[in-house]
Amino acid sequence: MTATAVPSRINVPASFVNYQVDVAYDEMFVSPGMPRDHYRTLQQTLLKLAPEELRRSQQAADLAFLYEGITFTVYGSKEGTERIFPNDLLPRIITSAEWARIEKGLTQRLTALNLFLRDIYHEGRILSDKIVPRELIYSCKHFRREMRGINVPRDIYVSICGTDLVRLPDGQFAVLEDNLRVPSGVSYMLANRKVLKRVFPTLFRDYGVWPVDHYPRALLTTLKSLAPDHCGYQNGPTTVLLTPGVSNSAYFEHTFLAQQMGIELVEGRDLLVHNNIVYMRTTAGLRRVDVIYRRVDDDFLDPLCFRPDSILGVPGLFNAYRAGNVTLANAIGTGVADDKAVYAYVPEIIKYYLNEDAILPNVPTYLMANESHRKQVLGNLDQMVVKAVGESGGYGMLIGPHSTAQQRVEFKARIMADPRNYIAQPTLALSCAPCLIDGVVESRHIDLRPYILMGEKTTLVPGGLTRVALRRGSLVVNSSQGGGSKDTWVLREPESGAQLLEEVRTELGSVEPELVRELPRENRTA
Amino acid sequence: MRAPRNFYVPAFQREAGMLSRVADSLYWMGRYLERAEHTARLVNVELNLWLDQSPELGAGRWRFLLEALRAPEVAGPVDPTQLVNTLVFSRRNASSIVSCVAGARENLRHVREQCSSRMWEQLNRLYLGVVDRHPEEEWFLKSHDFFLFVLEGAYLFHGITDATMSHGEGWQFIQLGRYVERADTLTTLLETHFKRMTRTFEGAVEGADYLEWVGLLRGCAALEAYCKRYTAEIRPIRVAECLLLNPDFPHSIRFAVDRINAALNLIGDLTERRAKLPTRIAGRLRAQLSFSQIEEIMAESVPAYLQSIRNECAEIHAAIHGIYFDYSIDAELAS
Repeated sequence: MTATAVPSRINVPASFVNYQVDVAYDEMFVSPGMPRDHYRTLQQTLLKLAPEELRRSQQAADLAFLYEGITFTVYGSKEGTERIFPNDLLPRIITSAEWARIEKGLTQRLTALNLFLRDIYHEGRILSDKIVPRELIYSCKHFRREMRGINVPRDIYVSICGTDLVRLPDGQFAVLEDNLRVPSGVSYMLANRKVLKRVFPTLFRDYGVWPVDHYPRALLTTLKSLAPDHCGYQNGPTTVLLTPGVSNSAYFEHTFLAQQMGIELVEGRDLLVHNNIVYMRTTAGLRRVDVIYRRVDDDFLDPLCFRPDSILGVPGLFNAYRAGNVTLANAIGTGVADDKAVYAYVPEIIKYYLNEDAILPNVPTYLMANESHRKQVLGNLDQMVVKAVGESGGYGMLIGPHSTAQQRVEFKARIMADPRNYIAQPTLALSCAPCLIDGVVESRHIDLRPYILMGEKTTLVPGGLTRVALRRGSLVVNSSQGGGSKDTWVLREPESGAQLLEEVRTELGSVEPELVRELPRENRTA
Repeated sequence: MRAPRNFYVPAFQREAGMLSRVADSLYWMGRYLERAEHTARLVNVELNLWLDQSPELGAGRWRFLLEALRAPEVAGPVDPTQLVNTLVFSRRNASSIVSCVAGARENLRHVREQCSSRMWEQLNRLYLGVVDRHPEEEWFLKSHDFFLFVLEGAYLFHGITDATMSHGEGWQFIQLGRYVERADTLTTLLETHFKRMTRTFEGAVEGADYLEWVGLLRGCAALEAYCKRYTAEIRPIRVAECLLLNPDFPHSIRFAVDRINAALNLIGDLTERRAKLPTRIAGRLRAQLSFSQIEEIMAESVPAYLQSIRNECAEIHAAIHGIYFDYSIDAELAS
């Protein structure tokens, strides 16, 4: 599965001169020079534009991001360094058939994971039945003993989830990571869409793309549906978004979502707990808070219960939560289910609770705590990706093919010192998509993070964040590691062209025939 | 103007009050931006006047400028380049234009979700336009465009604010900060000026003095408004009346105090806690200004009168802080 590049230059006009197709699945081309049906219109549009024009569009978009302050903070560099999140102008296009499968697969997965979380914090049936080893759960640093026996509204622990999907060389989507704690990035999905609609208005309209703008409203509905029982129906629960503050890397997103939902953005110091009731300090006095969409990690939520040195949290919050006086979304302790070693068991977890096979497969994963797995991996470190189980954001990773001998020796020592803390996966050839690099189109590796909301009902906004490894050949898409993102279009059209025409005709009524003919048609690829 | 509000019953009533921290940030955002605007205007006017004067006289002007802006004093001879840099660019001086713009932006950044995106965009644009500039020697001789950029940036921001933000509590806190700062900076400027211009205030002024009084009016963006009302004949008593008591002119103390009053009353209504203390002090100050005659003030000591106004402004600030931003939780829970 290793991505050994077999470059083959495509014989096409200027914009595509640097485009390479290798063993990885290419989102745009079936074979060099031969675009997939649903990418054909995009390609034709690009061929009509001069590199100069493309470069200008990209600059205009970058400037829009800078002025609007759509930035993130990089940790470890000069304090408070704000960077714009690089946006790539070319959309990533997903057909309706592909999306239907993703939607079904993710709903199944999250349903099972919520059942799993309820189970391990209550009876622990799955542990007694030895499907998932007990010591694996209890040794997970995100397992919260404090949560045992606590009931959460609707038994939903994870109500906001952003799962990372990759497309393998055979064209199948697979799950790379579940992000069940405080997934971020959704604001970039919305910002990318806004910018793209400005840059390619006609293309966007002609393609027939599902909108994503309703995400904030869906999020608010989800949060409200998880309100504690005491909330009257009259004015609805008081819902707030708890942010660690302005120096957090996702602060832009926190402000954006709070604004879009029309709820207060609070910091720990705005809240206080009295008699197990949470209040916020307002100019009109104290006001009771019912639902908290928290973007603060478990560890920092309550200094009385978790890390005592936290100044981001609210003393007494956990007791108020345990008393059922306030809802936290996501619940505390969800990190145990996105531990990268627990991840390896998710297909069995799905089977156990739902008696179904996983619709979206995992990628092969080796547990370093398992001796035979470990032996196999340590012998082939240069072909593996090694990850620390509790980390995210691309930190604590070894990418075998791009590593030095020195780094491999270091990682080997780390694995031997604490095998439970590491897993390994074969280096995946992430799929490639066309990206605009300095005015010409080049191919870069991408992944996909759709966002799932689970409350009274489950909502997936069609699309998600497509992250791009902007450095040539790189497989790391994280924003903190030089990644960017692009807009993701999920096409509306049904399977066959005839049906499409039918629908368009009924939708538009007296539409001109030529117009209808120009609409792109899709061929299923799966 | 407020009557219709009382008859109107909203179909959907949100709970009263906004986060204290947010109100605090909006208030300070208003103050910082007003200070940046004031400093930009004043330094621009001074640089202009400086060109009209002999070098010896010029040196004295700089000290006056420092005092009028309440900047730290400089010992020994004043180097204009360095001084302008301190007032305009220095990040060590918390009241320099760049520091103020950065302060305003930082405050708004903490409460971004409260303002419209256009407001944030404009303030961000202003910030990006002034930050990280490394001016060359004698930059100040061709600095007009820079000051214009700051002034217009601030005007545009306030225009966008008025046009795109709901004129509710948050907006009122911005106004409150803006006009508390205006009353305070104006008072300081006038105080410095009247202390220095000790010659008679009767009759029209001529020569070098004329330039000083015109400079004062310009520094308050008031020259045109003054001329419209009193003609181009500059009499100190009229200047004082224009800048102290005129209820219509935006850069008069009376006008600023009126706005402070209006904002405090509305905030009091919206938060359902009639803020007795700040409203009372502001009301008293307003009454004092609206029932005063300029002749009476001039007969007494003008600087003393101004200083009492400045003290009242400080009291209003402290009262706002204690009632809305940093009140005692225990007292609140007990009630």
